[in-house]
Amino acid sequence: MFDDFLIRAAFAGVGVALVSALLGCFVVWRRMAYFGDATAHAALLGVALSLGFGIAIPVGVGVAALAMGLAVGGLSGRRLASDTLLGVLAHAALASGLLAVSLIPGGARLDLEAYLFGDILAVSRSDLGLIWGGALLVVAVLIWRWQALLVSVISPDLARASGVDPRRENLVMVFALALAVAVAIKVVGALLITALLILPAAAARPLARTPEVMAVIAAAIGVASSLGGLRLSYQWDSPTGPTIVCTAAAFFALTMLLRPVLRPLLHRAP
Amino acid sequence: MTALIEARDLSLKRDGQVVLSGVSASFEPGEITTIVGPNGSGKTSFLKALIGDIPPASGSITRAPGLRIGYVPQKLALDPALPMTVARFLSLPRRVSADARGRALSYAEVAALEHRQLADLSGGQLQRVLLARALLAEPQILLLDEPTQGLDQPGQAAFYKQIEHVRDSIGCGVVMVSHELHVVMSASDKVICLNGHICCEGSPEVVRNSSEYRALFGDGTGGALALYRHEHDHAHDHAHDQHHHDHDHAH
Repeated sequence: MFDDFLIRAAFAGVGVALVSALLGCFVVWRRMAYFGDATAHAALLGVALSLGFGIAIPVGVGVAALAMGLAVGGLSGRRLASDTLLGVLAHAALASGLLAVSLIPGGARLDLEAYLFGDILAVSRSDLGLIWGGALLVVAVLIWRWQALLVSVISPDLARASGVDPRRENLVMVFALALAVAVAIKVVGALLITALLILPAAAARPLARTPEVMAVIAAAIGVASSLGGLRLSYQWDSPTGPTIVCTAAAFFALTMLLRPVLRPLLHRAP
Repeated sequence: MTALIEARDLSLKRDGQVVLSGVSASFEPGEITTIVGPNGSGKTSFLKALIGDIPPASGSITRAPGLRIGYVPQKLALDPALPMTVARFLSLPRRVSADARGRALSYAEVAALEHRQLADLSGGQLQRVLLARALLAEPQILLLDEPTQGLDQPGQAAFYKQIEHVRDSIGCGVVMVSHELHVVMSASDKVICLNGHICCEGSPEVVRNSSEYRALFGDGTGGALALYRHEHDHAHDHAHDQHHHDHDHAH
């Protein structure tokens, strides 16, 4: 059944959408949108390094994303991570990635667009294995650490008093984000990964009363955007990555419009 | 009696600045300690060091092995993007039964809030929910950071009475930080007055009468302290004989 490129694209899209929607909830709750950007943009630098050193691209991307995540995490521990600093890091990483790709031998022939915006229709069987392997690993880690991650998000003090080390949970997030970026770059590209993290979570927010419900709804919206976007891009012959993101944005607009109707229903005590 | 938490010659730094130096104190089961001091006196840092959130710059903090801490923070910086009901919040990070949850909420007198969103609560309601959550851990020591901030005078008196009741019923130690200097809780067994170091300490009467305390907070606070003591004495039908009630009201 994986012979058809559209089937492979659909499975790749669903895998990436699932993991990024769940992880995206934490990115939104912790106001880490720029953190996601910085990590994702470092991915392009990872592509360049992979080509330069002849290592597998997902490995290079994962390592670069992890390095960026740890660097930002280290800086934010010293209260330096502002929107400005993260913006600087994100765009510096993107620009140096573009520069590095153009400078390394063979880099000029690289299909840059595929790494910036993704090329879901070119997903191979082995890509699919990698995406689902990585996605399931991240989802397993999130479920395993769920309670500890949540209490760390709400208050590092409360976490500490309950015997949870908020810095360790922060590291878990950095690793999960790096892994998610590594598996998502083929599908949506370095520039649109953050969109897939944030949009489904933001669209799910008005529909939920608890974090778990929000995560499940975000996952459903992510999967629906992925399949819907794939379908529309096939119909319109439009680039797939941006079409998926636009579909997610449409979901966000829809739930925002419904918010005034939903709010009294959800906030009423049962 | 063995101390639940003991600080020895503790110094703390925040962002490279020394905020507290040479503090030694021990906290015992069943004992209510109030820490007072002006803003920036290192009170909150001290409390965070006691729960292990800030490492000592020098000196040491010893916690009893396996110590269960109930912590009530000053406030929660809740992001509106995070949906959270009171019921769900009480199950973090350890899941509790609906039964235990209901009892804790009733105990803190906020049973009706169980299914409300945390973000929709008033300051006083949130404070009581935080207390309920701390009690669910069956704490051996309860640490509260400015618990009566934003409450009016009767609200403060009610909250203090509740804390005293908690101490009496579960026998935990209580450490409370306050900058509301005019309402030093008379039920405190010990008051520690901080201003970068320990200015003075002892029973509420000893601290109130000390020259260091008066230099820091002025003489005018004595009357308000007595006012609270007055309310407290009569609302609590003298259940606690171990407290010395000297009835020297300075109205």
